[in-house]
Amino acid sequence: MRLPAAAWAFVAPATLVVGVFFVLPVLAGFALSVTDFDIYSLASLRNLRFVGIDNYLDLLGTPLFWQALGNTLYFVAVGVPLSIGLSLGCALLLHSRLARFQSFFRTALFAPVVTTLVAVAVVWRYLFQTRYGMVNHALAQAGIDPIDWLGDPHYAMPTIILLAVWKNFGYNMVILLANLQTIPDDIYAAARIDGASPLQQLWRITLPILQPTLILVGILTTAGYFQLFAEPYVLTQGGPLRSTVSVLYFMYEEGFKWWNFGTASTAAVLLFLLIFAVTRGLARLSGREAAA
Amino acid sequence: MKTSIATILINGLLVGLTVVSLFPLLWMLSVSFMHAGEASMLPPPLLPQAPTLENYRELLTRGGMPRYFANSFLLASVVTLVSLLFNAMAGYAFAKLQFTGQARLFRAMMGALVIPGQVAMMPLFLLLKQFGLVNSYGGIVVPAMASIFGIFLVRQYALSIPDALLQAARIDGAGEFRIFLRIIVPLLAPILTSLALLTFLGSWNDFMWPLIVLNDDRLQTLPVALASLSREHAQDGELMMAGSVVTVLPVLVLFFALQKYYIRGLLVGSVKG
Repeated sequence: MRLPAAAWAFVAPATLVVGVFFVLPVLAGFALSVTDFDIYSLASLRNLRFVGIDNYLDLLGTPLFWQALGNTLYFVAVGVPLSIGLSLGCALLLHSRLARFQSFFRTALFAPVVTTLVAVAVVWRYLFQTRYGMVNHALAQAGIDPIDWLGDPHYAMPTIILLAVWKNFGYNMVILLANLQTIPDDIYAAARIDGASPLQQLWRITLPILQPTLILVGILTTAGYFQLFAEPYVLTQGGPLRSTVSVLYFMYEEGFKWWNFGTASTAAVLLFLLIFAVTRGLARLSGREAAA
Repeated sequence: MKTSIATILINGLLVGLTVVSLFPLLWMLSVSFMHAGEASMLPPPLLPQAPTLENYRELLTRGGMPRYFANSFLLASVVTLVSLLFNAMAGYAFAKLQFTGQARLFRAMMGALVIPGQVAMMPLFLLLKQFGLVNSYGGIVVPAMASIFGIFLVRQYALSIPDALLQAARIDGAGEFRIFLRIIVPLLAPILTSLALLTFLGSWNDFMWPLIVLNDDRLQTLPVALASLSREHAQDGELMMAGSVVTVLPVLVLFFALQKYYIRGLLVGSVKG
């Protein structure tokens, strides 16, 4: 059509918003990461200096940053496989011809996804309370001693992982289920005639067909899990002994508690590079140029 | 015989998983009707002995909850309405109109989709401060007036609109904006419903940005207020559960009512480019 002007009028508002309030700040974020922007620069830009890669060197020499990195990697390395495994398991169960009340089960299993994270984190705090919490009460029935879930550095991160997995698995479950429903039944019929057991059908037919989707949700979930923030903020405030400080939590404190925008931007850039490298690596590893 | 064991196993597992996924929500609801201190007894009770509304009454009168609720509702509604219009216009233009630089601009947007927003947070804060939008509703609404994801969602759906329809309307002499409002928007209605739902829930549930931008107590949204309330009132479990119910219930109800649209949006959005 010969309507470039009209077409531009249609894209202009959205493009302007995305450009000014997203792309520009992202670029500025990279720029901030090589400055010493702090609370004094907030008052006057005259106090702003270019410091090159000093922030990066400083950060790599900061034990708490490494701890935050370690905590985040722990959360991702355990949380993502658990999450996707549960999503896949539930999708397969729901897809089974033997499953009853499928739409009820699907809705119920998906419900945590739409809930407000802060609200369910508050619920989690009481469920995992050492003395009166339901979880320890249930464990006591099995003869297990009470666990100090949120007060013991060994258990705090696992508690957060449980919350994240509980809240998120429904999302990928729905995506995988939709993928399962596109597999034609006659493939399975043919396999049965050839004498393939249900396990063989799963291994030889279902999983290979699901593989591209599994890789995609794996990459998206990994990228999302690296951005851990609200769970530790509400549940543990980064404790105990800083065992649940994530990179983003570290960034938030540097930036919006101490107003060290330079250091905070450096942490954000490093997190971005890490997410980029890991998701690229996953895509490469799976031998596929996935969209992420 | 073999089949019946498998049936029991599969459905048993589903029941078990459903219990796990619903228990925290039902427990939250149950405790919200308990008297103060009732949940902190041994053994921990599952149901309230004498259900009471006192926690909700306290939230209404003392907690400032009505205000936070109104803030959340107002912000999510405005963000949804404005971004829906901008995203619909852009998504439609990317799919059905031609202009110079179109392909390049769209590719650039898709490329930017993978950038996590945190890199932008500090500069965005400074930018909004410059505009005087920090500590105001504008600080939440303005950056959210359009989203790459929303544009992408609409574009994917709009691709299926036949060109002949547009040509016919143009021959009839309809202006471009009129075509958009009268013909395109009704055709896009299903995906716009999905996008509206995803945007509203996303905005309602958002935590980090409102936490950063809205320091004034009177402007806070429900999640931010709930988080600070839970730090101050850690002992009042029953009250906190009522606060959580008030926060979660609206989005759950919306989801149950419009589930079909929510799932569709999620599925279109997950299959990139």
